[in-house]
Amino acid sequence: MQGTPQPRATAASNQPGARAKAAGEDIWKNRTDKINAELFTLTYGSLVAQLVKDYEDYAEVNTQLDKMGYNIGTRLIEDFIAKSGLTKCGSFVETADVISKIGFKMYLGITPTITNISQDQKEFSLILEDNPLAEFVELPEDAVRDGLWYSNVLCGVLRGALEMVLLQVECNFVADVLRGDEVTEIRVRLVKVLDEEVPAADE
Amino acid sequence: HTRGLEASLSAFSFLFSEMIQYSQKRVAGVADLEKRLSNFGYRVGMRELELTLWREKNAKRETRVLGILVFINSTLWKSLFGKVADSLQKSNDHDDEYMITDNDPIILKYISTPKELSSFNAGAFLAGIVEAVLDGCHFAARVTAHSTASDQFPSCMTLLIKFDKSVMQR
Repeated sequence: MQGTPQPRATAASNQPGARAKAAGEDIWKNRTDKINAELFTLTYGSLVAQLVKDYEDYAEVNTQLDKMGYNIGTRLIEDFIAKSGLTKCGSFVETADVISKIGFKMYLGITPTITNISQDQKEFSLILEDNPLAEFVELPEDAVRDGLWYSNVLCGVLRGALEMVLLQVECNFVADVLRGDEVTEIRVRLVKVLDEEVPAADE
Repeated sequence: HTRGLEASLSAFSFLFSEMIQYSQKRVAGVADLEKRLSNFGYRVGMRELELTLWREKNAKRETRVLGILVFINSTLWKSLFGKVADSLQKSNDHDDEYMITDNDPIILKYISTPKELSSFNAGAFLAGIVEAVLDGCHFAARVTAHSTASDQFPSCMTLLIKFDKSVMQR
């Protein structure tokens, strides 16, 4: 039988949030090879521009970005686990904390705020104050009108990465400052915990 | 303001590798694939040129061939990769050809190429960046990336810059 999953990194602490924050900052500062953020931003912009050219349809661009993100997420999770040394999260709310304070910090150097946790604790929002993907970006009017979510790759990454740790989620943007909204907000909803894990050892 | 800000190299590499794979599904061969990557780079280069000029030198553009090459070799490389490129050379055989070499290009650090694509060089992306910068300063040129790996520098890459006739005549 599987016992209650216990997160290794936070089990010893009463304040998992603070612990995760410190861990995220430590990894970012001391164990991350870095690159000029501008090169990263411009490269992403170049990808979005190419997709717009290839598909001539903003809804399809959203889909493609999500797909590419998913592919990235499924590979990124290994890198994430290897670098963070984390095992399992005790709850979905704790998962949210790890995503924001360690995941986003490790890869993008930012820590989104977690808000609007639903009553059943299966949904939360990530508010991105500083979105490095969207720096310098101004969307043309028709892209706003036709519903382009410029940073949609992030939703795919979250979906892919979480699926690899057996959390099936739905993830989408609900607001973006690039579209004139007040904030940039990603909504994440736990659909179900997948059940295909091989027991770690005979118990 | 992103000057001096950093993103993680893994995030960049994941993205870059996904871009290569995306392109791969849409091309007939290696030459096409490199062309696609070069296009990706071209758009980056155009914007990076604006940013760099605006910051570095009162928006003055180079008018001499050597001037623009030195700009790419030092200023551009520094703002993109935090270091000067390892060498800038003029070709012995052709007057219109120059070479910029990076012994260890950071963006190729996590990109490995399968055997069946051994002639493919992801440095085409860098070639596109450089081509855009040259174009943006009115030096029409063709830039291609070539592996110049040695035991000491296994991922060493050289960009071959071949200027257009119009540039050499002036």
